Amino acid sequence: MSDAPAIALVAGHADFAAGVVSAVDLITGHGGRLVPIQVRGLCGDDIQALLRERLTETGARVIFTDLHAGSCTMAARRVLREVPGAVLVAGANLPMLLDFVLSHEPDPVTAAIASAERGRAAVTVHGGPA
Amino acid sequence: MTLVLNRIDDRLIHGQVVVGWGQPLDVRFIVLVDDAVAASDWEQELYRMGVPPEMEVRFHSVADAARHLDTYRTEPQAGILLTGDIGTMARLVIDAGVRDVNVGGVHHRAGRVQHLRYVFLTPAEQQALRDIAAHGAVVTAQDVPAARAVPLEELLVTREGG
Repeated sequence: MSDAPAIALVAGHADFAAGVVSAVDLITGHGGRLVPIQVRGLCGDDIQALLRERLTETGARVIFTDLHAGSCTMAARRVLREVPGAVLVAGANLPMLLDFVLSHEPDPVTAAIASAERGRAAVTVHGGPA
Repeated sequence: MTLVLNRIDDRLIHGQVVVGWGQPLDVRFIVLVDDAVAASDWEQELYRMGVPPEMEVRFHSVADAARHLDTYRTEPQAGILLTGDIGTMARLVIDAGVRDVNVGGVHHRAGRVQHLRYVFLTPAEQQALRDIAAHGAVVTAQDVPAARAVPLEELLVTREGG
């Protein structure tokens, strides 16, 4: 992993965060810019507390989560009420996170918003009914 | 259809509820019973944004919920009754005739002992589940439809994580 500072948290179900961050690191060497958050077994209040703690520790103002309806997304939305200017991107995927860590945009929040569009556009379908 | 699942889950609306149960059961509405959420427009909007457009969320306080459940049970589409704690569901068992209780997620907190990967209980909560069963409700623990439903007695004797 690179020595660049962490600039975003990644949270999701089961081992989603660790898995996708390891994939980012394998492809780019910049996995260290993302902090994977493991929430298995935690109640909603504890997820909130964990996200709040990691944001404070890292100074990050960006949170990526895996699922719009997920408990990490719910907790992140509550935490971000206390962090003006921060951003949550729900529905994160690998292309989105690759774009984010490779961005030359100096402001991580702006980079996250742009990477959300890249991640959305990266979903393609091939084949199907004849 | 009716209320097809009466679930205790301290995360309330989240992935297992909306996707894990909601899709296979073709759930079209969730009845969320929680005093704090019922009193907060911001919390209600948060949960509304967590469900797909075809799914409706109806919010009630504990005191208010009982008189609405009979109506919800007669609706043609499937719904989920959801509480964030055991005490609230116990009230609905006693006051509103809930007869099947799914323990779907009671997570770690100080004073709780782990019973399953997703169920941690204090002694008082163990007793509350026994009280629910004593009122005639069938209590099982099951986080997602593909998992085995764990009967109450087995849940209460099971200890995981030391």
